[in-house]
Amino acid sequence: MKAKDLLGRHGEKLAAGFLETQGMRIMDRNWRCPQGEIDIVALDGDTLVIAEVKTRRNLEYGHPFEAIGAAKLARLHRLALSWCRDHEVRAARRRVDVVGVIDDGVGEPQLEHLRGVG
Amino acid sequence: MGVGRSYSIALLGLNGYIVEVEADIGQTLPSFVLLGLPDASLNEAKERIRSAAQNSGIPLSRRKITANLIPASLPKRGSGFDLAITMAVLRAAGDIRSTEGTVFISELGLDGRLRPVRGILPAVMAAVQAGHPEIVVAQANAAEAELVPGAVVRGYKTLARLAFDFGANPQDLALDYEPADGDVAGDQDVGAAVAPDLCDVSGQGDARRALEVAAAGAHHVLLCGPPGAGKTMLAERLPGLLPDLGDREAMEVTAIHSLSAVHVDSVQLLRRPPFENPHHSATAAAIIGGGSGLPRPGAASRAHRGVLFLDEAPEYERRVLDALRQPLESGELVIHRSAGTAAYPARFQLVLAANPCPCGKATGRGVDCTCTPVMRRRYFGRMSGPLLDRVDIQLQVERVSLADFGQSGTEEDTATVAGRVQAARARQLERLGSLGMETNSQVPGRVLRGELRLPSATTKILDTSLERGILTARGYDRVLRLPRMLD
Repeated sequence: MKAKDLLGRHGEKLAAGFLETQGMRIMDRNWRCPQGEIDIVALDGDTLVIAEVKTRRNLEYGHPFEAIGAAKLARLHRLALSWCRDHEVRAARRRVDVVGVIDDGVGEPQLEHLRGVG
Repeated sequence: MGVGRSYSIALLGLNGYIVEVEADIGQTLPSFVLLGLPDASLNEAKERIRSAAQNSGIPLSRRKITANLIPASLPKRGSGFDLAITMAVLRAAGDIRSTEGTVFISELGLDGRLRPVRGILPAVMAAVQAGHPEIVVAQANAAEAELVPGAVVRGYKTLARLAFDFGANPQDLALDYEPADGDVAGDQDVGAAVAPDLCDVSGQGDARRALEVAAAGAHHVLLCGPPGAGKTMLAERLPGLLPDLGDREAMEVTAIHSLSAVHVDSVQLLRRPPFENPHHSATAAAIIGGGSGLPRPGAASRAHRGVLFLDEAPEYERRVLDALRQPLESGELVIHRSAGTAAYPARFQLVLAANPCPCGKATGRGVDCTCTPVMRRRYFGRMSGPLLDRVDIQLQVERVSLADFGQSGTEEDTATVAGRVQAARARQLERLGSLGMETNSQVPGRVLRGELRLPSATTKILDTSLERGILTARGYDRVLRLPRMLD
């Protein structure tokens, strides 16, 4: 595994833990299909949450949130539908969240969470 | 936190309007939206602001930034809003203390320096009038902004310094950054170009006298004579005879020059009457003002309170010459374009120069002239009757005689004549001040034929001419005006 993938995995683990502290129940992690991958699927009350996690060591290449463009958001919404079809889940409400993780490996990692983007 | 607010000025011509800048930060993915009718150069502000803030050590929020320029219906252009938007956004993020009430007028460099913008003087005047005397500008604009009475101006070189004064956390600020001083206007004398002196003109006693009268009474002049007689020399020396501009006039003139491209860094008040000498190929837009989008002032407005000299006047397009009739009458130019209407003052003294005919040899007996009568008529026909009707002094300038030429060096210099002009202006003010006027050329016909009426024996020849249709009513008043000058 390459270093960047390791960092990504590490970030996703931190994010999943963080979402659980926010009262969400993790349903699935790293679900893949031909269209792409969902980092975290969670349940927030009766809302199905599709969470995308972006991890950076520092801000040299920009903030993690800046890496999420319109195309990526659209794909996440499509993936959410695919996941529901695949698991035969009918969610009353669905939303896409983004979790930004900045962890330079020295200090405490910083997590930022945006609910219901795009 | 919440909504940040600051102020800037949008200029429409010389009129400035207060623009309120609101900024809000939404909890969603990063983006920057600018609302409120920005033009292309203003929309680029988003990128300038992001880089400038980053490089100043006070990066913008990583959320959705919405900045709104109010009123939305007012077209806004140019880069002068950069700073106001930045400050509102920083305030919205809670990075600095309240910016409410302060007017910010400056462009931002990518490195975080504040750059000077055009039209600072009229913008600051508008801000003070609108009740916002606290103004922040780029250091290079500070001297110009301070010309406005009542303005509390602060000039800054960098965004970091400004943010520091507004209470930003100094820890990350790039306070040590000093941009090179290359583009900061120093104390160079803008108006210090040496004006030509009247003593350079040999002979031409009549013309010199006419010029003196024109200067004293602010009359328009037509100089007609063969090439080489000295028409251009004479015209160029007219501004030197005019007295210095008063406070209000100097402000008007400086405001126009602050707006037009000629003196971007005019840091001092222009006290001398301007001189504009456009080429005869100039278009109506160049003379009157114009351009795409919002109209910019033309030569006529740049000559406001000074001299507009049209050399080879019949060579101008007739349309261009006739376009001058309106400002000659009203002292103002109102220009309409798609993006809005601008009114520029244009109370200039018009000096026209013309050859007697296209070949220029129809002087004296005119034996060398090769022009046909039709050519001559067509040549002078370019200057329409209505235009010439407004020119008080029409003068033949003859070739300099050998006797006069040999005598050169004994002529009066500008200072002597300007002294007499000054005295004449003072006398006019004494006579006309109670009527609310300063110079003879402003006296309306009603007053000429009323309070200042001449004895009927004196005006007899005029009355006859009017009756016969040789003179128009306006011409009649113009003729009445001039002798008031000669006494």
